[in-house]
Amino acid sequence: MEASTILNQEEESQEPGEAGQPWEEMAAASSRDQEPKLPEPMESEPGPETEPQPRSSLPGSPRSRASTPAGDLTTFGASLPGASPQDPLPSPPLELPKLDLVPPWPSDKLTSAIPDAETTRSDHVEHTTDDEESTPHPTSQLEGNALQQSQQSKPHLPQPGHVTSNHSQQKELRVGLFLEEDWGSNEDPDQVEPEVSEAAPNMLEIAVQNAKAYLLQTSSKSSLNLYDHLSDMLTKVLDERPENAVEIIESISQDVKKAHFSKKLDTLQNENEMLPAYELAEKQKALFLQGNLEEADQDLEDEIAENCLPNVMESAFYFEQAGVCLGTDATYRIFLALKQLTDTHPIHKCRFWGKILGLEMNYLVAEVEFREGEDEEEGEEEDVADEKANGESEVDEDEEDELPKPFYKAPQAVPKEESRTGANKYVYFVCSEPGRPWIKLPSVTPVQIVVARKIKKFFTGRLDAPVISYPPFPGNESNYLRAQIARISAGTHVSPLGFYQFGEEEGEEEEEVEGGRESFEENPDFEGIPVIDLVESLSNWVHHVQHILPQGRCNWFNPVQKSEEEEEEEDEEKEEEKAEEHDYIEQEVGPPLLTPISEDLEIRNVPPWTTRLSSNLIPQYAIAVLRSNLWPGAYAFSNGKKFENIYIGWGHKYSPDNYTPPAPPPVYEEYPSGPEITEMDDPSVEEEQSFRAAQAAAVLEAEQDEETEDEDEDD
Amino acid sequence: MDSESLLLSLELASGSGQGLSPDRRASLLTSLMLVKRDYRYERVLFWGRILGLVGDYYIAQGLSEDQLAPRKTLYSLNCIEWSLLPPATEEMLLQTSMVNGRFMGDPSHEYEHTELQKVTEADKAFEEEVVVQVKEETRLVSVVDQIDKAVAMVPRGALFKTPLGPTHVNRTFEGLSLSEAKKLGSYFHFKEATELKNKTLLEKADLDPSLDFMDSLEYDIPKGSWSIQMERGNALVVLRSLLWPGLTFFHAPYTKNYGYIYVGTGEKNIDLPFML
Repeated sequence: MEASTILNQEEESQEPGEAGQPWEEMAAASSRDQEPKLPEPMESEPGPETEPQPRSSLPGSPRSRASTPAGDLTTFGASLPGASPQDPLPSPPLELPKLDLVPPWPSDKLTSAIPDAETTRSDHVEHTTDDEESTPHPTSQLEGNALQQSQQSKPHLPQPGHVTSNHSQQKELRVGLFLEEDWGSNEDPDQVEPEVSEAAPNMLEIAVQNAKAYLLQTSSKSSLNLYDHLSDMLTKVLDERPENAVEIIESISQDVKKAHFSKKLDTLQNENEMLPAYELAEKQKALFLQGNLEEADQDLEDEIAENCLPNVMESAFYFEQAGVCLGTDATYRIFLALKQLTDTHPIHKCRFWGKILGLEMNYLVAEVEFREGEDEEEGEEEDVADEKANGESEVDEDEEDELPKPFYKAPQAVPKEESRTGANKYVYFVCSEPGRPWIKLPSVTPVQIVVARKIKKFFTGRLDAPVISYPPFPGNESNYLRAQIARISAGTHVSPLGFYQFGEEEGEEEEEVEGGRESFEENPDFEGIPVIDLVESLSNWVHHVQHILPQGRCNWFNPVQKSEEEEEEEDEEKEEEKAEEHDYIEQEVGPPLLTPISEDLEIRNVPPWTTRLSSNLIPQYAIAVLRSNLWPGAYAFSNGKKFENIYIGWGHKYSPDNYTPPAPPPVYEEYPSGPEITEMDDPSVEEEQSFRAAQAAAVLEAEQDEETEDEDEDD
Repeated sequence: MDSESLLLSLELASGSGQGLSPDRRASLLTSLMLVKRDYRYERVLFWGRILGLVGDYYIAQGLSEDQLAPRKTLYSLNCIEWSLLPPATEEMLLQTSMVNGRFMGDPSHEYEHTELQKVTEADKAFEEEVVVQVKEETRLVSVVDQIDKAVAMVPRGALFKTPLGPTHVNRTFEGLSLSEAKKLGSYFHFKEATELKNKTLLEKADLDPSLDFMDSLEYDIPKGSWSIQMERGNALVVLRSLLWPGLTFFHAPYTKNYGYIYVGTGEKNIDLPFML
């Protein structure tokens, strides 16, 4: 508040300079005089700034700003006598400010001031009402007033003895002053100014300042000042124009003061706690609105024609029969989120894979297959990754420091499977809540799968979280999640026998004998299997996702073939022998695609699957439900013709035993151990003696031999 | 979860994916009502489901007027016929601690394990291998008891203790505030306090004896054995036990809807330290 008024003051103080010469002179003069005494000479101006406000609301007040100072000046000139009588010692005008600033009887002053104000105000109001009627000749009246004031004020100032007798006159003057203010709009500044400037000497100026300074004193109790209060009151009265202003002026005063008690905003505020809820609702609203965007019927038809969206609700209905559900409305939101995914990406096939629970957030997983040729981005990414790997190895080679190199040679990395094959057959998108953006998971590498098998960690729900484990996992949580998804898919995605059949591409068959055929297609002649058969025999269910070999790939990759180049460099035969040995490493073979799940291995007497009917009460309409015991949370259902798989769980494989992290590999030898560096027992005295004796004997013999030789030679 | 608000509770707890099929729901609604009448329980809780290889056990618990009094446990295989389980004893816990692996789903199934027992014969002590047989029903009793003691929980303020001793349901409970709901300290183990006695006077100074008369989850060992999540924006807080995976507790802040359900294999996650 204060800051703003000061700002305004400054503006005002500049404006007059431009507007009226006389004012500027006076202001300069006064400020020169006052500088030593008055700490805040500018304080004299907020008055005019606040007071003009009510005027604008007066009828017919197109008052230009330039005229403000003139009006104000007269005000000061006029109000001077009003202030001076209250001062006990007005005669040395230069000392006035001091006295004012240290008010000897503040209470007295206040009380005396307030009645004054009231009277003036009531008068003023009356006058204003009168004025409205007598607007035609305001100027003449005004001028008269102004003249009167100036004339009267002159003699009073130097004569303090007249203070009391002047009181009545003051009132009149004040009335005049207010009138003047109010009609300032109509008055011609040029007419008034010269008079005032002539009439007001420096003394008057100072007195004006003093009076204002007094009025502007801020009370230490309420931190208000009378000047602002009065102007606020007047503003209120003039704004509201009550009928009986005189009667209710006390309550107006009270109201104005009360208005100051309005609650200030605290720096400590309650957190807006429900904010995330609204945010999510807003996002989900977008999901519901996405249908409205497509208006043309043509589009709709096209969309229906090339539908890649699965009927999530139908599957959810069947899963609910099986006792697996995420809640109907939640499922519908997932449905909409999937629709959003298929709308924004070139997706050929899409499925709701399931939900993986995390510590902080959960993952909803969508399994998609891009349209042909639309997943090039990924290829580029792979290339970049490969380049990176190459770059790293080059850097290693370039290093020319003489540090001893470890003998350990990392086994050749098994290359990642191409997208659309093996473990990377599908692309997976995850999001934490329906409505939040879908994030594509990176494709999986064999190393990640191998390491993921050895570790058991909870997901946090943040994709970029590091996986801190032993053995170290190559990548962050998104890679771990992808590896687990690949493992779960390979282990638990099953379909009724005959639903899928191998594609009839016999040419390729021979090539792919090794890894088993990869491709299959929906069997158009599939007639369905009776539900009861599906429940009773596991051999009616087949895996339709390839088994992941211990190597971490679905199709076996022979690591030896690629490493031949390196071996050529090392000409040692041993190495070759070893390599040959490697060659005989058994090719890892997994069960081929579409193997019945009855051949799945048991884990310590725990059958891998549990089948049952969804309901024993009405078996004729029940469906077959398959529950994986290997991956708790994986379910499949089939009603004979349709089937679906889902996984809802923590993403961990069941193990009857406790998890034990693998032991660290054996420590490598620093140098070959031999007799020269092995520690031996110190010889005992006897041994030493016998050794010496033996040595002596040997020396003797040698000498003798030499002698004999010599003798021989001599001979 | 309270059997009377079963449907709502199942809906709220469905985030973990473990629900009940419509026929099970319908039969539970019917049969638990009758259980309440026949056994004269003040309140019947649907406790959850233990997944067996062949069949599942459905567990319900009956509460008397004193909420903290020992709860009666019932089990059923078809959600209609309920059988009362005996209270767990120390001996049972000891016996069944040797058994691991999955439940079968057949109460009369017998687990066998060999045990070394000291036999004294003619002043000579020697060890003998004895085959101990444990019925699955016994194991069920002890597992339900263990889970109950370890992870059954209520939000703070849902129960209150009367000066005379018994604990009642607090009818004025209007739910935790959102900021409270995010703290583990606002949830209590639904059992008689054991840790409270070990606290210092200083720690107990701020406790309200009529509300804070149970152990808080805050001091559970191992630390971090709970996952707290806000679901559906902030409209639902879900706690999942990592020590007993399958236990889901839900509470909608500012409402009196709360409850827990266990749907799992009945095995403790002893790998927890490696997994965090």
